[in-house]
Amino acid sequence: MPLRFEALLALRLLREGRVQTWLILAGIAVGVAVIVFVTALIAGLQASIIERTLGTQAHIKIVPPEERALRALAAGEAEAIAIEQRAQRLRSIGNWPALLAALRQDRDILAAAPIVSGPALARRGAASRAVALLGIEPESYLRIVPTHEKLQAGRFDLSGDQVLIGSLLAADLGAKPGERLRLETSGERARTVTVAGIFELGVRDLDQRLVYLGLKPAQSLLDLPAGITGIDLKVQEIFAAERIARRLQAALGVQAESWMQTNRNLLDALAAQSSSTRLISFFVAISAAFGIASVLAVSVVQKTREIGILRAVGVSRAQVRRVFLLMGALVGLLGSLLGSALAGALIALWQGAGMNRSARGAFELYVSTELFLAAILLATLVGMLAAAFPARRAARLDPVEALRA
Amino acid sequence: MSAVIRLQGVRKTYGQGAVAQEVLHGIDLTLARGEFAALIGPSGSGKSTLLNLLGLLDRPSAGEVFLLERPTSEMEEAERTRLRGEALGFVFQFHHLLAAFSALENVLLPSLARNGGRLTPTLRVEAEALLASVGLKPEQWRRKPAELSGGQQQRVAIARALFHRPVLLLADEPTGNLDTQTADQVFALFRRFNEERGLTVLVVTHDPRLAARTDRIIELVDGWILADRSAAPHHPAP
Repeated sequence: MPLRFEALLALRLLREGRVQTWLILAGIAVGVAVIVFVTALIAGLQASIIERTLGTQAHIKIVPPEERALRALAAGEAEAIAIEQRAQRLRSIGNWPALLAALRQDRDILAAAPIVSGPALARRGAASRAVALLGIEPESYLRIVPTHEKLQAGRFDLSGDQVLIGSLLAADLGAKPGERLRLETSGERARTVTVAGIFELGVRDLDQRLVYLGLKPAQSLLDLPAGITGIDLKVQEIFAAERIARRLQAALGVQAESWMQTNRNLLDALAAQSSSTRLISFFVAISAAFGIASVLAVSVVQKTREIGILRAVGVSRAQVRRVFLLMGALVGLLGSLLGSALAGALIALWQGAGMNRSARGAFELYVSTELFLAAILLATLVGMLAAAFPARRAARLDPVEALRA
Repeated sequence: MSAVIRLQGVRKTYGQGAVAQEVLHGIDLTLARGEFAALIGPSGSGKSTLLNLLGLLDRPSAGEVFLLERPTSEMEEAERTRLRGEALGFVFQFHHLLAAFSALENVLLPSLARNGGRLTPTLRVEAEALLASVGLKPEQWRRKPAELSGGQQQRVAIARALFHRPVLLLADEPTGNLDTQTADQVFALFRRFNEERGLTVLVVTHDPRLAARTDRIIELVDGWILADRSAAPHHPAP
């Protein structure tokens, strides 16, 4: 080891520092623990938020292209002064079986499910509510949104005229599993269906308005024989969704919307949260650095005479500088090891409490080896940087002055 | 005999401009191999300044310091440090041992600094032998300086100064802090290494009794060498 002499000296000087050394180690440990814990907390929170968001929606939705008003006049005949936008009616995606097959072949896509959705009115007795019909093919759809895991009552069954409704809608209509209700659409079509089960997705709007039914009944209610209004997709890498959506749009000539596009606000908020975490970490690191620098500066003053002796007996300036740089790196390393243990304990405590609570809102911390390694590396580096100034001072001490001290 | 160290017209000025003060006014001095000399003089006469120049701890304002006939005043700091570590040994009034290290480690430290920290069995055995020869018992070798008496600490400091076999030992009031009997023992040690190894020794002291035990007395007053006389051989010729 080329730095054996310097390391020996640095370790001894730290050990000799006792209280001072322990205080700065404790300071660094607390700083590192805060950084690790807060990072794990925020990462866990974000993962949980994203998981919940994606738990009720597809990563990418293929939707029919917008209908545009085209110029019907030949050029030169007349000037169009305004083009009125067309009202968008419910339309099917053209040639969807071929499109679906193509999507299911795509390497980025884990699952693709055809859906039929549209507005309707649900009636039971005197109560009526505006609802959103969602016709699905359970085998493919449940791989994207696992509604069957969120059943509150009844069972998951969409065969025949059976439907699933949200918990809030069930309360509004006073409907229980096994009871019947009537669905009416604007096309004057109507159907009497049986509630097979009641789900709770945890999103108010969905629990209040969503009605799941089979693909076929939905097609007939919404007057789209053999047609579908969209294809829901699940992808491997959720943060690649936007890129994949753009690729599909270009390659297949379809309209694709990723969850990242529809949840722009959420992602912006998460990004802001991440940068505030980074800011906290940055300032914790800065204050730890000041702590290390001041302790080492004091140590240089305390050891002035010793430095003088070392210089007199042939220890070079560079060696003295390296001794103090190593002292900084060592307190950073040792402090961050202590801090990692502390953070580990805090995380274990939190996870334990979270498990017992099992409340809504409880979430797992996001813990990774990389996080700990990064914190240790950062602390060691910060320690060494913080030592730069005291080390320079120590190296520049004039041996004559130092011996007189 | 060849010169171990030679000062030629050495001046040292502290401060600049109006406050500039010349402490040494052109010193010519040569120490030959194997000499055992004392530097005496009242406080403020420039003894410490002269010693710092001899020890390459400081650079002269004018003139030249030749160590083993090599001019040193224009040398890079790193080169001077290396030379200091190889050719010179220091003993200070206050032993100046490193408190965090044992007696044995204090002796080894300068050598470890030079070889990158490799503690070989040979080095350890040599250091133990040297500690024994300056009069430290084996059970004292692993003690920290604070656990040793003043005389023992100074013996450790002497062992540290001699371990790398320097050609010149510079001692600044090495017995100033010790009782008469211990001071005598320390001087006897210097004499022994002077005779056994041909080590050149220069001791700064203001104790005329101790100075008289050396072979040459150099008297410095107000930055001038006032007297430089050889004492009668104090030990019987072999």
